[in-house]
Amino acid sequence: MDASLVDWSRAQFALTAIYHWLFVPLTLGLSFIIAFMETLYVRTGNEEWKRITKFWMTLFGVNFAIGVATGIILEFEFGTNWSNYSWFVGDIFGAPLAVEGIMAFFLESTFIAVMFFGWNKVSQKFHLASTWLVAVGASLSALWILVANAWMQYPVGMRFNPETARNEMVNFWVVLFSPVAINKFLHTVTSGYVLASVFVVGVSAWFLLRNRHQLLAKRSIIIASVFGLIMSFFLILTGDGSARLLARHQPVKFAAMENLYEGTTHAPLAAVGILSGTRNEHRQREFLLKIEIPSLLSLMAFHDAKAYVPGIKDLIHGNPERSIISVEEKMAKGRLAVTALKNFKEAKEEGNLSRADSARVIFEENFAYFGYGHLTDVHQAIPPISPTFYSFRIMVVLGMWFVLLFLLSLYFVLRRKQPKWRWLLYAAVLSIPLAYLASEMGWLVAEFGRQPWVIQDLMPTSVAVSSLTAGSVKLTFSLFAITFTLLLIADIKIMTRQIKLGPKDGGTL
Amino acid sequence: MSLIRKIYRFYYDGFHQMTVGKTLWLIIFIKLFIMFAVFRLFFFPDFLNSKFRSEKEKGDYVIEQLTTKPH
Repeated sequence: MDASLVDWSRAQFALTAIYHWLFVPLTLGLSFIIAFMETLYVRTGNEEWKRITKFWMTLFGVNFAIGVATGIILEFEFGTNWSNYSWFVGDIFGAPLAVEGIMAFFLESTFIAVMFFGWNKVSQKFHLASTWLVAVGASLSALWILVANAWMQYPVGMRFNPETARNEMVNFWVVLFSPVAINKFLHTVTSGYVLASVFVVGVSAWFLLRNRHQLLAKRSIIIASVFGLIMSFFLILTGDGSARLLARHQPVKFAAMENLYEGTTHAPLAAVGILSGTRNEHRQREFLLKIEIPSLLSLMAFHDAKAYVPGIKDLIHGNPERSIISVEEKMAKGRLAVTALKNFKEAKEEGNLSRADSARVIFEENFAYFGYGHLTDVHQAIPPISPTFYSFRIMVVLGMWFVLLFLLSLYFVLRRKQPKWRWLLYAAVLSIPLAYLASEMGWLVAEFGRQPWVIQDLMPTSVAVSSLTAGSVKLTFSLFAITFTLLLIADIKIMTRQIKLGPKDGGTL
Repeated sequence: MSLIRKIYRFYYDGFHQMTVGKTLWLIIFIKLFIMFAVFRLFFFPDFLNSKFRSEKEKGDYVIEQLTTKPH
């Protein structure tokens, strides 16, 4: 396969997913913040809470409207650019996405209308219930696509049918409740909640800097900071869960995140690190600078400071002492599976059932390594180290900053320290783009780290792409870049206009 | 007033009283038009559907792809 076609197809999918993810997390988080605010309005009857709720609802509406359906492009790309992959995954992807479509349509579309049009037309309680249902519905919509993504990282609950070349779901519940799916869902949606909290704190800080809408700003900061703090706690908890799952199911990704080349017990975590620009003779990126925390990586991976964490060298070249088989051995098993599939197909066409049966047995014995049969060099199994390593650190450092921001913002508002703390208000405003950066970095860790696989161990990215010309993919890449950039400009322009108008004039959609 | 009429009035009034919402709906319609009438139609045909008719042909093609590589 043309390497430039694979790279352009990946770039196109990454571009679309990154743009789509610019809109989604704010929708996920802001909907809950609005629900909390409206709950306070209904409980207290205080009209200011209603005004606050309607203001943030307007911003929610802008983001939702501009972002809605941007994910559909990803589905177009599956059929056009990733046809081998789409066929191979069979109904594993189809079922969750169909559920998502139905739920999104009925829950979000119906209750969003009540949320925006229903003020003074339906009862307060019904309106509040609608707002909560929009929040819950938005997160549940995200569940299904994240389940599908988790399956790609940890394929379970299916059986590959060599006659049709499709995976068939044998247990929906195993797919839905796989530990990777649950953790991915919780980690991703809570990251959205934190992003929205930073957004609300940042916009409110801007109002305080301008001496406008002080009550709205302070109340919003309190709600968002408390919500953001609680969700940051869950984010850390699910992040810890991710580390343990990665160490178990995607150890190469885990080692790449740390640039851990040699496995060790008491593995340290590189709290700060700068990698060399080139690889050495072992294809290893050496550290130019590293500040380590002893044993923390072992602790993160296995909740045991003494635990052995395999490095890239162990995972690629094998480590018999630790019962880790080499990629070379996996490639041999993978080639057996690929050949057996070919033989099975030929035997079926010849009507030679006994040959087909024996080929099937070999295929099924080696299917777990099927993807390795498409690799030509053991080093292809190593994900890109630098983007995985740096993305992870940027995400974590920013996540810690947001915790501090929420704490300081709460302190600042509750202690009424406004004149002294203007730097914090500026920092809060500047944190809005940082929240988006952190969120995107999370995706980059997940997606760079799982390379070369589109489906872990079963299908490399290079096999998943359709036989198109790189030129046609470049063209659609450019079209998307233009369209999504225009949408983003529209989003920012309308959003900033509504923020400048403030709650009085911008309180309705 | 019948339920259907109430629902109709609910949406009619809601859309009628929109301010920024009108701009947003315009953007949504333009976006959906570009996505479905331009991108989908001219740039994103379903690769397998455009080349093969039956499910068996598609499966055979993918098996061929899966067994004739590596890359």
